[in-house]
Amino acid sequence: MAAISVPLHSEPNILSRLIGRPTSAAGIAVLVIIVLAAILAPVIAPYAPSKLSIASRLHPSSLDHLFGTDDLGRDVFTRMLYAARTTLSVGFAVVVFSSIIGTLMGLVSGYFKRLDAPVSRLIDAMMAFPDILLAIALVAALGATAVNVVIALGIVYAPRLARVVRASTLVIRELPYVEAARALGVPTPIILVRHVLRNVTSPLLVQGTFIFANAILAEAGLSFLGVGISPDIPTWGTMIATGRQYMDQAPWVMMFPGAAIVVTVLSLQLVGDGLRDLLDPRLAKDI
Amino acid sequence: MSALAKSVEAKPLLSVRGLTKHFPARNGRIVHAVEDVSFDVQRGSTVGLVGESGSGKTTAGRALLRLVEPTGGKALFDGVDLFSLSSRDMRAYRQKLQIVFQDPFSSLNPRMRVAAIIGEALNARGFPRGKKRAERVGELLTLVGLSPDHASRYPHEFSGGQRQRIGIARALAVEPQFIVADEPVSALDVSVQAQVLNLFGDLQKKLGLTLLFIAHDLSVVEYLCDEVVVMYLGRVMERGPSRLVYAAPRHPYTKALLATAPVPDPTRRRSHIPLHGDIPSPIDPPSGCVFRTRCPEAIAACAEIVPPVEPIGGGHHVACIRHNEKMPDWSLK
Repeated sequence: MAAISVPLHSEPNILSRLIGRPTSAAGIAVLVIIVLAAILAPVIAPYAPSKLSIASRLHPSSLDHLFGTDDLGRDVFTRMLYAARTTLSVGFAVVVFSSIIGTLMGLVSGYFKRLDAPVSRLIDAMMAFPDILLAIALVAALGATAVNVVIALGIVYAPRLARVVRASTLVIRELPYVEAARALGVPTPIILVRHVLRNVTSPLLVQGTFIFANAILAEAGLSFLGVGISPDIPTWGTMIATGRQYMDQAPWVMMFPGAAIVVTVLSLQLVGDGLRDLLDPRLAKDI
Repeated sequence: MSALAKSVEAKPLLSVRGLTKHFPARNGRIVHAVEDVSFDVQRGSTVGLVGESGSGKTTAGRALLRLVEPTGGKALFDGVDLFSLSSRDMRAYRQKLQIVFQDPFSSLNPRMRVAAIIGEALNARGFPRGKKRAERVGELLTLVGLSPDHASRYPHEFSGGQRQRIGIARALAVEPQFIVADEPVSALDVSVQAQVLNLFGDLQKKLGLTLLFIAHDLSVVEYLCDEVVVMYLGRVMERGPSRLVYAAPRHPYTKALLATAPVPDPTRRRSHIPLHGDIPSPIDPPSGCVFRTRCPEAIAACAEIVPPVEPIGGGHHVACIRHNEKMPDWSLK
């Protein structure tokens, strides 16, 4: 038996190595700013997010309204700050939810040979649907609320994580330290958590970053198509959807939220790329 | 070698009878990894299981512990057939039989500290948590030649030899009666191999362990083992007390293995018996004697019947239809 390379060594200084890469460092810096802005929205925001001002409808950028105002005279900058809270929370919740489902499916299909075929076929079937189409169908069936958007997108992205976890589980299952635990009579659920799950966290983290980015895009897409979160709740997606109608007169209403999405997704991708290169170079470049 | 004298009467700790393990291959074919293997392991003795890669020795060792489920046969451990136990009953037996792995790198979970790795074993036998456990971990580390301070470190901070010691400590933590050592030194530097082999010898004396020592190198086994079982393509070719097997090998395969083993004495010469080609595929093993395709002594009859493992006196057994004929002894010149 040749020496099997033990995958996915945990590096205690992974964050400092990530910051050592200029592109990842830039991504992290932007993300930190965006997250802080979202958290501190009530402090930073110059206005209340739903303060109407018919007198100042569709004003362009000015010192009073940094990013202009929208069709109801609301401050775009203020709404973007509050929208960031929803958008980021939805993205994060999708990552958590899809990780839970995906990890369960991946562990089960990777570890238990008998369940591999049925679970893998289920994963294949789920991946056969185009992402956005499946998400639209699910949201349409469940109802357009923030929670349902998270559930729908979680289900859409779970198979990708399941595949990553399954692939790693297949390798780890055969490693001697798992056999050693079996030889000691350690119960299977404990083996799964302590020995298998703990060693698939690196690829999970990498995939999670990409899914975060995709979830933000997909949530915006759903909102834009009108099947996402209700337009009363500001998200970057709903802001673009309403701004679309005034594209000619007031492009800033959709431009700034659009730029926010681009910058956030780009930063997440940069961090994800960096993480992948450091933790798991074998993963494919695009998910 | 005291075990040799006892071996005639004493009841063996482990009696393997007809151990068989088949793996399914593509197209409904079968990999005959282990075929009808039988041997005894006396209490307190060391038995070497020797063969090339692909001989099924590792699979045999893992099947004994039911890390892979055996296809057939019996393994009487203290009179209880391990293979007939339900997986729940087997869990109670797991702590009596332990295993030390070949690869010291992948045999320790990279995310667990040494204390947690050994602690998991202590946990398995219901050792209470708390201060006593930390002391026990320290004792075990000392027993295998490490320091108690090493408990707080991660596996990657150790060398291959040290990791192997941690693996041994983990196996010892449940106070097993029987340990399968699966090529525990073949992945180590030569300079470290002897230290780890000595450790096994010391531990055996100190703790009265019974060992099944799997190796592909007869010289390693000669140093440590009371008895030797030579395997080829899943079958036993020859077995018996090391003294007899080494001094008077009767099977052409054993002779060839001995001839290829390096001899640390420049004045003693062994002629080279070439074993042509590779070990055949266990999916489609040769008819009759599985060794005949590479055997320098093969005759037509070898393809006809599977040679039985016959006793030839003194506990020495051989599976060769020509073992009574005078064959040139190329093992020593």
